[in-house]
Amino acid sequence: MTTAAVGIKGVTKRFGDVVAVDHIDLEIADGEFFSLLGPSGCGKTTTLRMIAGLEYPTEGSITIHGEEMGLRPPNKRPVNTVFQSYALFPHMTVTGNVAFGLQMQKISEDETRRRVGEAIDLVRLSGMENRRPGMLSGGQQQRVALARALVNRPEVLLLDEPLGALDLKLRQAMQLELKEIQREVGITFVYVTHDQEEALTMSDRIAVMNEGQLLQVAPSEEIYERPNTRFVAEFIGETNLISGTVVEPGIVKLADGRLVKARTHSGAGTAVTLNLRPEKIDLHHTEESVPEHFNKLSGTIVRRLYFGDSLFYEVDFGHSIVDAREENRPGRERFAEGAPIIAAFHPDSAEALTE
Amino acid sequence: MTTDGPVTAELEADAERAESRRGLFLALPSYIYLLFLFALPLLIIGVYSFASRSRTGMPKLEAWNLDSITKLFTDDLIRSIFARSLIVAILTTAFCLLVGYPFAYYIATRSEKTRNILLVFVMIPFWTNFLVRTYAWRVLLGEDGLITELGRFLNLWDSMLFTLPAVYIGLVYGYLPFMVLPLYAAIERLDWSLVEAARDLYASGWVAFRRVTLPLTKQGIIAGSILVFIPSLGAYVTPDILGGAKTTLIGNYVVNQFLTARNWPLGSSVSMAIMVVMLIATIWYFRSGAKTL
Repeated sequence: MTTAAVGIKGVTKRFGDVVAVDHIDLEIADGEFFSLLGPSGCGKTTTLRMIAGLEYPTEGSITIHGEEMGLRPPNKRPVNTVFQSYALFPHMTVTGNVAFGLQMQKISEDETRRRVGEAIDLVRLSGMENRRPGMLSGGQQQRVALARALVNRPEVLLLDEPLGALDLKLRQAMQLELKEIQREVGITFVYVTHDQEEALTMSDRIAVMNEGQLLQVAPSEEIYERPNTRFVAEFIGETNLISGTVVEPGIVKLADGRLVKARTHSGAGTAVTLNLRPEKIDLHHTEESVPEHFNKLSGTIVRRLYFGDSLFYEVDFGHSIVDAREENRPGRERFAEGAPIIAAFHPDSAEALTE
Repeated sequence: MTTDGPVTAELEADAERAESRRGLFLALPSYIYLLFLFALPLLIIGVYSFASRSRTGMPKLEAWNLDSITKLFTDDLIRSIFARSLIVAILTTAFCLLVGYPFAYYIATRSEKTRNILLVFVMIPFWTNFLVRTYAWRVLLGEDGLITELGRFLNLWDSMLFTLPAVYIGLVYGYLPFMVLPLYAAIERLDWSLVEAARDLYASGWVAFRRVTLPLTKQGIIAGSILVFIPSLGAYVTPDILGGAKTTLIGNYVVNQFLTARNWPLGSSVSMAIMVVMLIATIWYFRSGAKTL
């Protein structure tokens, strides 16, 4: 196995009595787009800052391409950061900002000029070279911050919620662009975000953090389809969490005694929570139209919300209310509030979580 | 006039006029104060510069001449005092900046609680009269004074009272808060993520300070320097109490012209000259500061 671009071993960070990062282990592969995802205060930014050298771990080791970083100051690390608020130097032009890192490294003037030009082209800011950051829009500032970091060709690029300050449309456009740039330059990206959609669309792998701990590290699809804890299931997308008990492997008894087939990972008698995504539930008027091996639960529609691209139903199963989402497609049946329905889902769609 | 009903251009103009009247009303006390206690005396001084001196020492408002103004450029004594005062003012400003910047930086980077305590310390000297504090220095620097004893113990200096160093000590001591406070305000406002960005972009701590912190706190440096330079150039009390006859500064010279030599026209023209120098220095400083920012 090749050495990881970033290796984090047993890293803990305490601020006084507060444990910001609690003994985490992590390996980020070379060329990977890796996201640290979690609610604010979960320790993701602290982790990023420790990689950058802006904070030092209280305990543990951080390596970059196998090299121990220890207490090395940020200017001696082969990484660059795109800061949340961009942190562009207001007293320098776009060129001045982008050239800063190269000047610090004593790169020759000719090469600096060439690489700054390339970086500005890469983020499509040609023509803005002599503007000050104050005269740029949020999206343009974001690109300057990106160019300023990328121009140094760091081994690892750290991004701290870089799109947080942009409005939705621009954010979505920049997500694609960032991903595109990452493919082009092939640099390892470590991306901090609290936006699960952003993490899912951009990342090769995601680490979900909460209260300083790593809950799950897996590719995007796995994080969404197979979350390993209730927290991850709830944090990533919408979901239904239904409590029950394992009767035998593959069968879970719900609180009202009904049996459903599910993916179980624990023995008979353990209390579990079924994770069932709203879009994995199909609604039917009668049982006849439901495929054989699907779970079938009867219930009543209590609420219907129209979302344009989809319809959202709240279904009362007697002891619990479950959300279901149906795509708005031609020929798709619609259900009225109060209508009795059969909710069907594939056994693989219901994951029995123990934590 | 009714306030209900549709707005017309005329009504809008009325509202704007009322707004500007209210503004004038608020500023009126200051206008009156400045007019009678600043502009008018200044005008009188300006007029006296061209007057002549009677035998009894009173200024005569006839026989207008340029004598006292030509004297500014021809009299060696005035020229040397002026030069000395300029050097004292510039060096005092430089010392204050040198001592004040690290201190302001230190305060601004403490926790909020410590910060407030330190700021109170900076302002505590103002609770005692400036004259009293300057006399206190006379004790410290004089024969058997604490600082003199220390110098003798270290074999480095003797009593500095009535020498130029004493004047520098007094001036730097007196005007340091005027340097620290604007610097503190500027450093406290600094966005520290910019410094982190510089460090992240391979700048050492010192280079990050020189390329980011320093230029971005330039406003504080300019404000503090002007607040120290101007009173230092016109300083009278400190050199009078701590300095000797050999260290007469331009402020003392002006006082002497008015009170001892009874040459009001000369005193007035020297005063005007100080003001012109201050004005030029301030404008030049602002310009050069604005350029590098």
